[in-house]
Amino acid sequence: MLKQLLSHDLPRSRWLALLLVLIVLGLLLVPFVLPGSRSLNVAAKILVFIVLVASYDLLLGYTGIVSFAHTMFFGIGAYGVAIASSRMGADWLALGTGAGLALLLSLVLSLVIGLFSLRVKAMFYAMITLAVASAFQTFASQLSHFTGGEDGLSFRVPEWLTPSFEPLAQPLFGVTVDGRLITYYLVFAVALGLVLLMLRIVNSPFGRVLQAIRENDFRAEAIGYRTVVYRTLSNVLSALFATLAGCLLALWLRYNGPDTSLSFEIMLDILLIVVIGGMGTIYGAVVGSALFVLAQNYLQDLMRAASGAVEGVGLLSQLISPDRWLLWLGVLFVLCVYHFPSGIVGRLRQAARAASMAPPASTPTPVQAAETAPVR
Amino acid sequence: MNTATVSTSTPLNAAGAGAVPRSRFDAAPLLLVAVLAALALPMVGSVPTWLTLTVAGLAMGMIVFIIASGLTLVFGLMDVLNFGHGVFIALGAFVATSVLGSMAGWTSADSLLLNLGAVFLAMLVAMSVAGAVGFAFERIVVRPVYGHHLKQILITMGGMIIGEEIIKLIWGPQQIPLALPEALRGSLVLGDTAFEKYRLLAVALGLLVLAAMLYVLNSTKIGLLVRAGVQDREMVESLGYRIRRLFVGVFVVGSALAGLGGVMWGLYQQMVVPQIGAQVNVLLFIVIIIGGLGSTFGCFVGAVLVGLMANYTGFLFPKIALFSNIGLMVLILLWRPQGLYPVTNR
Repeated sequence: MLKQLLSHDLPRSRWLALLLVLIVLGLLLVPFVLPGSRSLNVAAKILVFIVLVASYDLLLGYTGIVSFAHTMFFGIGAYGVAIASSRMGADWLALGTGAGLALLLSLVLSLVIGLFSLRVKAMFYAMITLAVASAFQTFASQLSHFTGGEDGLSFRVPEWLTPSFEPLAQPLFGVTVDGRLITYYLVFAVALGLVLLMLRIVNSPFGRVLQAIRENDFRAEAIGYRTVVYRTLSNVLSALFATLAGCLLALWLRYNGPDTSLSFEIMLDILLIVVIGGMGTIYGAVVGSALFVLAQNYLQDLMRAASGAVEGVGLLSQLISPDRWLLWLGVLFVLCVYHFPSGIVGRLRQAARAASMAPPASTPTPVQAAETAPVR
Repeated sequence: MNTATVSTSTPLNAAGAGAVPRSRFDAAPLLLVAVLAALALPMVGSVPTWLTLTVAGLAMGMIVFIIASGLTLVFGLMDVLNFGHGVFIALGAFVATSVLGSMAGWTSADSLLLNLGAVFLAMLVAMSVAGAVGFAFERIVVRPVYGHHLKQILITMGGMIIGEEIIKLIWGPQQIPLALPEALRGSLVLGDTAFEKYRLLAVALGLLVLAAMLYVLNSTKIGLLVRAGVQDREMVESLGYRIRRLFVGVFVVGSALAGLGGVMWGLYQQMVVPQIGAQVNVLLFIVIIIGGLGSTFGCFVGAVLVGLMANYTGFLFPKIALFSNIGLMVLILLWRPQGLYPVTNR
């Protein structure tokens, strides 16, 4: 049953399994263990990022395509829900229409970008997507009567999801059940479903072809796979999942603006999480997002305390000031690319393999392949 | 790119030059620049305004060319695209704020000579700092990832994050004004046409850098080796030249030029923010995609096209000015998918 659910792609490391169980249980129980709006916000952000990063991993980790336009699709999803809800009123139909239209737009855009430029070299594609994404961001903030411009759009959600909706008279395990809680579990369920679906995709024959293209596209083409078709499909799928992640974000925040879903900083965050968590493993997105968002929210408090303690030491207190946390993340990122190209998940799996001394599996895992083969 | 003949003193080469037919210069992209300018004239409707816009576009194009030339040369020579190139621009601009800020006596003086002196000194310091940092960047960050495109993109992106944070650490996260010295402010009026003085200076400097670059690339032995290295790296290496060392030199010069461009860009915008690198990166990529990755002359034509386009549309249709560059890129890629001057061996 579990094997089926995880598409036979088990964690393959006791520590990784433990970590995953901890994360899933933590996200599941957070409203009851740590009541309060801040912890719920952090947990919801982790969920959204898990979907977003996993969808990017489909592109970067499994197919070996570097795109900088991923936030564009994320933003389309968020704007879809935001625009539809603020125009059509707060009901489920608006949510569905917004998400549906956003998916359609993402489909068309990713197809066009894919067909137009996926045949070129990795660098070319990275540059073109960077340019397209920045143009889209300007576009979104220019169309102010439609997208709310720089201010963004605040909107109302269906009554069931509003904080004032309280279906139960009695608190459940000491926690009042309200619309926010329902929204949280909705986000949780959708995120879980999407991650399992992505696991299913990457472990299907289709996913294997993507990995073959990542390892050696020339050979994959020679075997008879139309690599352009597969790359474009990977691009489209990844865009659609990112769009859904955007819908979830907007649903949770009940707001969307260019900085929340389109900014280049989010693209950098995605890149950092994918690499630190582990490329080519959907689990890397889960572990990476959880660690990253937690660090982003709580490590900065720690750094604030620490820099307060060494106040007056000049450079040192500046180096560990909370505003500079991205510096340390950048250093960690560079070290990761050099020394742990397979990220946390790859490392854990490697350690597990070394410890068990089991005879090597007949088919190389994606992580093994990523470790040995030159990354293009 | 190969407009001038290679003239070295050895008789063997002189004889060989006759034997190998020179590739014909492709003038169509240059014509495109002329067509763009000519099309804009009736739309703008007034010659003085058009002249002002054209000079402004040329100035912007020159600055972008100075910044992008190092990037495209490094790509052509070593197949490394430095996504962290923007850091050197920001570095140059911030160094300039410090230098110019500490030279208030010279910048506020009522003498063109002292003003220019201050600006040139700032440029010199910015270029040396950016070049030195570029040397370290190549050694520490880029060297371990030659030949791995994916890793290069990731690593240089990481380098940009770190660089931006260090700049914030030194100069603070806020935007810093970078005012022009007294004598360079305002415009020069010739007849009905007003030319902003600083833009004229930028055009002159850009032409100077272009001329120096074309001279070095086309008429010196180092340039010969660089061009040969771009064409066929293995061959040059097997002839006994250390292309690695040459490349480090190109990288340092490219970073220094980015520093110079950063100073000019900062003065053009009259203020500097730490995110300037990421902002300019997009423009740079558009320029080198348009020009053809790895081609210096293509980079120049691309930069001029982008500069002119931005200024014309900024005047004519301010609403769509921000997308004009993307539109230009798409149109040119539809016409020539490899860019205006494709480097043929890729």
